[in-house]
Amino acid sequence: MSLLIIIPAFNEEGRVGKVVRDVKRSLPQADVLVVNDASSDGTAAEATAAGAITVTLPVNAGYGAALQTGYKFGVRNGYSIVGQIDADGQHKAEYLVEMLSALEAQNVDVVIGSRFLDRDGHYQPSLARAVGIGLFARIASLITRQHISDPTSGLQLMRINVASFFCSEVYPTDYPDADILILLHRTGFQIREVPVQMLPSPGDSMHAGHRSLYYVYKMLLSIFVTMLRPRPRPAP
Amino acid sequence: MISTNLRIIAIAGSLALLLFIIELVRRRRLKEEYSVLWVTTAIVVLLLAAWGGLLHDVTHVLGAISQASTLYFFGLIFVIFLLLHFSVRVSNLERRVVAMIQEIALLSANRPNEGANDRPGYEQEGSAP
Repeated sequence: MSLLIIIPAFNEEGRVGKVVRDVKRSLPQADVLVVNDASSDGTAAEATAAGAITVTLPVNAGYGAALQTGYKFGVRNGYSIVGQIDADGQHKAEYLVEMLSALEAQNVDVVIGSRFLDRDGHYQPSLARAVGIGLFARIASLITRQHISDPTSGLQLMRINVASFFCSEVYPTDYPDADILILLHRTGFQIREVPVQMLPSPGDSMHAGHRSLYYVYKMLLSIFVTMLRPRPRPAP
Repeated sequence: MISTNLRIIAIAGSLALLLFIIELVRRRRLKEEYSVLWVTTAIVVLLLAAWGGLLHDVTHVLGAISQASTLYFFGLIFVIFLLLHFSVRVSNLERRVVAMIQEIALLSANRPNEGANDRPGYEQEGSAP
Protein backbone atom coordinates (compact mmCIF):
# COMPACT_ATOMS: atom_id res chain seq x y z
CA MET A 1 0.00 0.00 0.00
CA SER A 2 1.46 3.35 -1.00
CA LEU A 3 0.17 6.57 0.41
CA LEU A 4 0.46 10.13 -0.93
CA ILE A 5 -0.52 13.19 1.11
CA ILE A 6 -1.18 16.30 -0.98
CA ILE A 7 -0.66 19.77 0.49
CA PRO A 8 -1.93 22.54 -1.80
CA ALA A 9 -0.06 25.71 -0.84
CA PHE A 10 -0.26 29.35 -1.84
CA ASN A 11 2.12 31.70 -0.04
CA GLU A 12 2.49 29.51 3.04
CA GLU A 13 6.13 30.23 3.86
CA GLY A 14 6.70 29.79 7.58
CA ARG A 15 3.83 27.28 7.87
CA VAL A 16 4.13 24.69 5.08
CA GLY A 17 7.43 23.22 6.35
CA LYS A 18 5.89 22.51 9.73
CA VAL A 19 2.87 20.83 8.11
CA VAL A 20 5.16 18.63 5.94
CA ARG A 21 7.18 17.53 8.99
CA ASP A 22 3.97 16.99 10.94
CA VAL A 23 2.63 14.65 8.22
CA LYS A 24 5.95 12.79 7.94
CA ARG A 25 6.04 12.29 11.70
CA SER A 26 2.46 10.96 11.87
CA LEU A 27 2.67 8.87 8.69
CA PRO A 28 6.31 7.89 8.11
CA GLN A 29 5.30 5.57 5.24
CA ALA A 30 3.65 8.39 3.27
CA ASP A 31 5.10 10.48 0.49
CA VAL A 32 4.26 14.14 0.86
CA LEU A 33 3.52 16.27 -2.19
CA VAL A 34 3.34 20.04 -1.90
CA VAL A 35 1.52 21.62 -4.83
CA ASN A 36 2.84 25.16 -4.91
CA ASP A 37 0.18 27.32 -6.56
CA ALA A 38 2.60 29.92 -7.98
CA SER A 39 3.49 31.34 -4.58
CA SER A 40 5.53 34.53 -4.59
CA ASP A 41 7.37 33.57 -1.39
CA GLY A 42 9.64 30.67 -0.42
CA THR A 43 6.89 28.06 -0.11
CA ALA A 44 8.47 25.60 -2.58
CA ALA A 45 11.97 25.81 -1.09
CA GLU A 46 10.65 25.39 2.44
CA ALA A 47 8.59 22.36 1.37
CA THR A 48 11.57 20.73 -0.37
CA ALA A 49 13.79 21.39 2.63
CA ALA A 50 11.21 19.68 4.85
CA GLY A 51 11.43 16.58 2.64
CA ALA A 52 8.36 16.95 0.43
CA ILE A 53 8.13 16.35 -3.28
CA THR A 54 7.13 19.70 -4.79
CA VAL A 55 5.39 20.61 -7.99
CA THR A 56 5.02 24.27 -8.89
CA LEU A 57 2.20 25.65 -11.03
CA PRO A 58 3.61 28.30 -13.40
CA VAL A 59 0.66 30.63 -12.76
CA ASN A 60 -1.84 30.78 -9.92
CA ALA A 61 -4.73 28.45 -10.73
CA GLY A 62 -6.72 28.16 -7.50
CA TYR A 63 -7.35 25.63 -4.74
CA GLY A 64 -9.25 23.05 -6.80
CA ALA A 65 -6.77 23.14 -9.68
CA ALA A 66 -3.87 22.70 -7.25
CA LEU A 67 -5.57 19.73 -5.58
CA GLN A 68 -6.37 18.14 -8.93
CA THR A 69 -2.68 18.45 -9.88
CA GLY A 70 -1.96 16.39 -6.79
CA TYR A 71 -4.55 13.75 -7.76
CA LYS A 72 -2.98 13.50 -11.21
CA PHE A 73 0.44 13.05 -9.64
CA GLY A 74 -0.93 10.33 -7.36
CA VAL A 75 -2.67 8.44 -10.16
CA ARG A 76 0.30 8.59 -12.54
CA ASN A 77 2.79 7.49 -9.92
CA GLY A 78 0.80 4.47 -8.86
CA TYR A 79 -0.21 5.37 -5.32
CA SER A 80 -3.10 3.42 -3.87
CA ILE A 81 -4.37 5.98 -1.33
CA VAL A 82 -4.33 9.76 -1.66
CA GLY A 83 -4.95 12.25 1.14
CA GLN A 84 -5.03 16.01 1.45
CA ILE A 85 -4.33 18.47 4.25
CA ASP A 86 -4.26 22.27 4.35
CA ALA A 87 -0.88 24.02 4.28
CA ASP A 88 -1.77 26.69 6.83
CA GLY A 89 -1.44 24.42 9.86
CA GLN A 90 -5.18 24.37 10.55
CA HIS A 91 -5.27 20.57 10.53
CA LYS A 92 -3.28 18.23 12.73
CA ALA A 93 -1.73 15.41 10.73
CA GLU A 94 -2.27 12.90 13.55
CA TYR A 95 -5.95 12.66 12.53
CA LEU A 96 -4.83 11.26 9.17
CA VAL A 97 -3.76 8.12 11.04
CA GLU A 98 -7.31 7.55 12.36
CA MET A 99 -8.73 8.44 8.98
CA LEU A 100 -6.41 5.92 7.32
CA SER A 101 -7.56 3.12 9.59
CA ALA A 102 -11.19 4.13 8.95
CA LEU A 103 -10.54 3.95 5.20
CA GLU A 104 -8.84 0.57 5.46
CA ALA A 105 -11.14 -1.02 8.02
CA GLN A 106 -14.47 -0.14 6.47
CA ASN A 107 -15.92 -0.46 3.06
CA VAL A 108 -15.58 3.23 2.21
CA ASP A 109 -13.89 5.14 -0.59
CA VAL A 110 -13.55 8.61 0.95
CA VAL A 111 -12.94 9.64 4.55
CA ILE A 112 -13.51 13.28 5.53
CA GLY A 113 -12.22 14.89 8.70
CA SER A 114 -15.15 16.81 10.19
CA ARG A 115 -14.67 19.59 12.71
CA PHE A 116 -18.36 19.57 13.68
CA LEU A 117 -19.01 15.86 14.16
CA ASP A 118 -18.10 15.62 17.84
CA ARG A 119 -20.21 18.68 18.68
CA ASP A 120 -17.85 19.86 21.40
CA GLY A 121 -17.89 23.35 19.94
CA HIS A 122 -14.11 23.57 19.78
CA TYR A 123 -14.29 25.15 16.35
CA GLN A 124 -16.09 28.48 16.17
CA PRO A 125 -16.35 29.78 12.62
CA SER A 126 -17.64 33.27 11.87
CA LEU A 127 -21.43 33.54 11.68
CA ALA A 128 -21.55 33.91 7.88
CA ARG A 129 -19.25 30.92 7.47
CA ALA A 130 -21.25 28.85 9.94
CA VAL A 131 -24.50 29.62 8.10
CA GLY A 132 -22.93 28.73 4.74
CA ILE A 133 -21.36 25.48 5.94
CA GLY A 134 -24.57 24.57 7.82
CA LEU A 135 -26.76 25.18 4.77
CA PHE A 136 -24.68 23.04 2.45
CA ALA A 137 -24.14 20.37 5.08
CA ARG A 138 -27.94 20.13 5.33
CA ILE A 139 -28.42 19.99 1.54
CA ALA A 140 -25.64 17.40 1.12
CA SER A 141 -27.12 15.30 3.95
CA LEU A 142 -30.58 15.39 2.37
CA ILE A 143 -29.35 14.38 -1.06
CA THR A 144 -26.86 11.71 0.01
CA ARG A 145 -29.24 10.43 2.73
CA GLN A 146 -26.41 10.27 5.23
CA HIS A 147 -25.18 12.68 7.86
CA ILE A 148 -22.70 15.16 6.36
CA SER A 149 -21.55 17.79 8.86
CA ASP A 150 -18.53 19.38 7.24
CA PRO A 151 -18.58 19.45 3.41
CA THR A 152 -15.96 22.24 3.35
CA SER A 153 -13.27 20.22 5.14
CA GLY A 154 -9.89 20.21 3.41
CA LEU A 155 -8.77 17.17 5.41
CA GLN A 156 -9.63 14.11 3.33
CA LEU A 157 -8.38 10.66 2.45
CA MET A 158 -9.51 8.63 -0.56
CA ARG A 159 -8.85 5.48 -2.53
CA ILE A 160 -7.01 5.97 -5.80
CA ASN A 161 -10.10 5.22 -7.92
CA VAL A 162 -11.72 8.31 -6.39
CA ALA A 163 -8.64 10.44 -7.17
CA SER A 164 -8.69 9.00 -10.68
CA PHE A 165 -12.35 10.02 -11.00
CA PHE A 166 -11.36 13.53 -9.85
CA CYS A 167 -8.75 13.78 -12.62
CA SER A 168 -11.49 14.15 -15.22
CA GLU A 169 -13.45 17.27 -16.04
CA VAL A 170 -16.05 16.43 -13.37
CA TYR A 171 -13.82 18.14 -10.82
CA PRO A 172 -14.38 21.87 -10.22
CA THR A 173 -11.05 23.66 -10.41
CA ASP A 174 -12.09 26.66 -8.26
CA TYR A 175 -13.25 25.26 -4.95
CA PRO A 176 -14.69 21.80 -4.52
CA ASP A 177 -17.23 21.56 -1.70
CA ALA A 178 -20.65 19.99 -1.03
CA ASP A 179 -21.20 19.62 -4.79
CA ILE A 180 -18.33 17.16 -5.09
CA LEU A 181 -19.67 15.06 -2.18
CA ILE A 182 -23.04 14.88 -3.92
CA LEU A 183 -21.29 13.91 -7.15
CA LEU A 184 -19.37 11.16 -5.32
CA HIS A 185 -22.60 9.85 -3.82
CA ARG A 186 -24.32 9.84 -7.22
CA THR A 187 -21.36 7.99 -8.72
CA GLY A 188 -21.70 5.31 -6.06
CA PHE A 189 -18.67 6.04 -3.88
CA GLN A 190 -19.04 5.54 -0.12
CA ILE A 191 -18.27 8.57 2.07
CA ARG A 192 -17.50 8.46 5.80
CA GLU A 193 -16.89 11.35 8.18
CA VAL A 194 -14.47 11.09 11.09
CA PRO A 195 -14.43 13.68 13.91
CA VAL A 196 -11.28 15.79 14.07
CA GLN A 197 -10.14 18.91 15.87
CA MET A 198 -9.18 21.92 13.78
CA LEU A 199 -7.68 25.22 14.71
CA PRO A 200 -9.44 28.33 13.43
CA SER A 201 -8.09 29.22 10.01
CA PRO A 202 -5.40 31.89 10.31
CA GLY A 203 -7.35 33.72 7.65
CA ASP A 204 -5.54 34.24 4.40
CA SER A 205 -5.69 30.60 3.35
CA MET A 206 -6.70 29.29 -0.06
CA HIS A 207 -10.22 28.76 1.27
CA ALA A 208 -10.51 32.53 1.74
CA GLY A 209 -11.59 32.51 -1.92
CA HIS A 210 -15.04 31.84 -0.48
CA ARG A 211 -16.48 35.26 -1.10
CA SER A 212 -19.64 34.50 0.81
CA LEU A 213 -22.44 35.57 -1.51
CA TYR A 214 -20.80 34.29 -4.68
CA TYR A 215 -19.90 31.09 -2.81
CA VAL A 216 -23.54 30.46 -1.89
CA TYR A 217 -24.66 31.20 -5.45
CA LYS A 218 -21.98 29.04 -7.04
CA MET A 219 -22.59 26.11 -4.72
CA LEU A 220 -26.40 26.19 -5.17
CA LEU A 221 -26.03 26.29 -8.96
CA SER A 222 -23.35 23.61 -8.92
CA ILE A 223 -25.46 21.25 -6.78
CA PHE A 224 -28.51 21.95 -8.96
CA VAL A 225 -26.75 21.10 -12.23
CA THR A 226 -25.02 18.11 -10.62
CA MET A 227 -28.49 16.73 -9.90
CA LEU A 228 -29.60 17.45 -13.48
CA ARG A 229 -26.66 15.62 -15.07
CA PRO A 230 -26.81 11.89 -15.66
CA ARG A 231 -25.09 9.78 -13.02
CA PRO A 232 -21.40 9.57 -13.96
CA ARG A 233 -19.49 6.32 -14.19
CA PRO A 234 -16.22 6.11 -12.32
CA ALA A 235 -13.05 5.65 -14.31
CA PRO A 236 -12.04 1.97 -14.50
CA MET B 1 -41.39 52.85 -43.40
CA ILE B 2 -37.89 53.61 -42.23
CA SER B 3 -36.24 56.73 -43.56
CA THR B 4 -34.08 56.45 -46.65
CA ASN B 5 -31.11 57.69 -44.64
CA LEU B 6 -31.46 54.93 -42.05
CA ARG B 7 -31.94 52.37 -44.84
CA ILE B 8 -28.76 53.50 -46.58
CA ILE B 9 -26.78 53.51 -43.31
CA ALA B 10 -28.05 50.03 -42.38
CA ILE B 11 -27.27 48.59 -45.83
CA ALA B 12 -23.85 50.24 -46.01
CA GLY B 13 -23.03 49.26 -42.41
CA SER B 14 -23.95 45.61 -42.79
CA LEU B 15 -22.16 45.39 -46.17
CA ALA B 16 -19.03 46.93 -44.65
CA LEU B 17 -19.23 44.48 -41.74
CA LEU B 18 -19.59 41.55 -44.13
CA LEU B 19 -16.61 42.64 -46.24
CA PHE B 20 -14.51 43.30 -43.12
CA ILE B 21 -15.24 39.80 -41.74
CA ILE B 22 -14.33 38.18 -45.08
CA GLU B 23 -11.12 40.21 -45.16
CA LEU B 24 -10.26 39.10 -41.61
CA VAL B 25 -10.79 35.46 -42.57
CA ARG B 26 -8.73 35.95 -45.75
CA ARG B 27 -5.83 37.33 -43.70
CA ARG B 28 -6.25 34.48 -41.21
CA ARG B 29 -6.88 36.96 -38.41
CA LEU B 30 -10.30 35.34 -37.74
CA LYS B 31 -10.93 31.62 -37.83
CA GLU B 32 -13.76 30.46 -40.10
CA GLU B 33 -15.36 28.84 -37.08
CA TYR B 34 -15.76 32.16 -35.28
CA SER B 35 -17.02 34.03 -38.32
CA VAL B 36 -20.34 32.16 -38.48
CA LEU B 37 -22.27 34.32 -36.00
CA TRP B 38 -20.79 37.55 -37.39
CA VAL B 39 -21.66 36.68 -41.00
CA THR B 40 -25.20 35.70 -39.94
CA THR B 41 -25.62 39.03 -38.12
CA ALA B 42 -24.48 41.01 -41.14
CA ILE B 43 -26.65 39.07 -43.58
CA VAL B 44 -29.82 39.28 -41.48
CA VAL B 45 -29.44 43.04 -40.93
CA LEU B 46 -28.65 43.49 -44.64
CA LEU B 47 -31.76 41.50 -45.65
CA LEU B 48 -34.02 43.43 -43.32
CA ALA B 49 -32.64 46.80 -44.45
CA ALA B 50 -32.67 46.10 -48.19
CA TRP B 51 -35.97 44.24 -48.40
CA GLY B 52 -38.67 46.65 -47.33
CA GLY B 53 -41.52 44.11 -47.49
CA LEU B 54 -39.70 41.67 -45.18
CA LEU B 55 -39.00 44.39 -42.61
CA HIS B 56 -42.66 45.43 -42.73
CA ASP B 57 -43.89 41.87 -42.18
CA VAL B 58 -41.40 41.08 -39.41
CA THR B 59 -42.29 44.34 -37.63
CA HIS B 60 -45.95 43.39 -37.83
CA VAL B 61 -45.32 39.88 -36.45
CA LEU B 62 -43.20 41.28 -33.59
CA GLY B 63 -45.85 43.86 -32.81
CA ALA B 64 -43.24 46.62 -32.91
CA ILE B 65 -44.37 50.14 -33.75
CA SER B 66 -41.29 51.36 -35.60
CA GLN B 67 -39.51 49.38 -38.28
CA ALA B 68 -36.26 50.92 -37.07
CA SER B 69 -36.69 49.14 -33.72
CA THR B 70 -37.01 45.82 -35.58
CA LEU B 71 -33.58 46.44 -37.09
CA TYR B 72 -32.09 47.33 -33.68
CA PHE B 73 -33.85 44.37 -32.10
CA PHE B 74 -32.20 41.89 -34.44
CA GLY B 75 -28.85 43.63 -34.07
CA LEU B 76 -29.12 43.39 -30.28
CA ILE B 77 -30.23 39.74 -30.32
CA PHE B 78 -27.12 38.80 -32.28
CA VAL B 79 -24.84 40.82 -30.02
CA ILE B 80 -26.24 38.93 -27.01
CA PHE B 81 -25.68 35.61 -28.79
CA LEU B 82 -22.13 36.63 -29.65
CA LEU B 83 -21.36 37.55 -26.04
CA LEU B 84 -22.79 34.28 -24.78
CA HIS B 85 -20.78 32.44 -27.41
CA PHE B 86 -17.63 34.14 -26.14
CA SER B 87 -18.44 33.27 -22.51
CA VAL B 88 -18.66 29.62 -23.56
CA ARG B 89 -15.37 29.92 -25.45
CA VAL B 90 -13.64 31.58 -22.49
CA SER B 91 -14.85 28.82 -20.15
CA ASN B 92 -13.48 26.25 -22.57
CA LEU B 93 -10.16 28.10 -22.88
CA GLU B 94 -9.89 28.33 -19.11
CA ARG B 95 -10.32 24.57 -18.78
CA ARG B 96 -7.57 23.97 -21.33
CA VAL B 97 -5.24 26.49 -19.71
CA VAL B 98 -5.67 24.87 -16.27
CA ALA B 99 -4.96 21.44 -17.77
CA MET B 100 -1.76 22.81 -19.33
CA ILE B 101 -0.68 24.57 -16.13
CA GLN B 102 -1.07 21.24 -14.33
CA GLU B 103 0.96 19.35 -16.95
CA ILE B 104 3.78 21.88 -16.75
CA ALA B 105 3.76 21.61 -12.96
CA LEU B 106 3.85 17.79 -13.09
CA LEU B 107 6.79 17.88 -15.51
CA SER B 108 8.74 19.99 -13.04
CA ALA B 109 8.20 17.69 -10.03
CA ASN B 110 11.07 18.19 -7.60
CA ARG B 111 11.86 15.09 -5.56
CA PRO B 112 13.97 15.52 -2.45
CA ASN B 113 15.69 12.11 -2.84
CA GLU B 114 16.75 12.51 -6.44
CA GLY B 115 19.60 14.65 -7.65
CA ALA B 116 20.17 15.87 -4.12
CA ASN B 117 23.88 16.16 -4.72
CA ASP B 118 23.69 18.55 -7.61
CA ARG B 119 21.68 21.07 -5.66
CA PRO B 120 24.11 23.09 -3.58
CA GLY B 121 23.18 23.78 -0.01
CA TYR B 122 20.54 21.09 -0.05
CA GLU B 123 20.21 18.92 3.01
CA GLN B 124 17.65 16.25 3.60
CA GLU B 125 16.24 16.31 7.06
CA GLY B 126 17.46 13.54 9.35
CA SER B 127 20.08 12.08 7.01
CA ALA B 128 23.50 13.04 5.82
CA PRO B 129 23.54 14.58 2.34
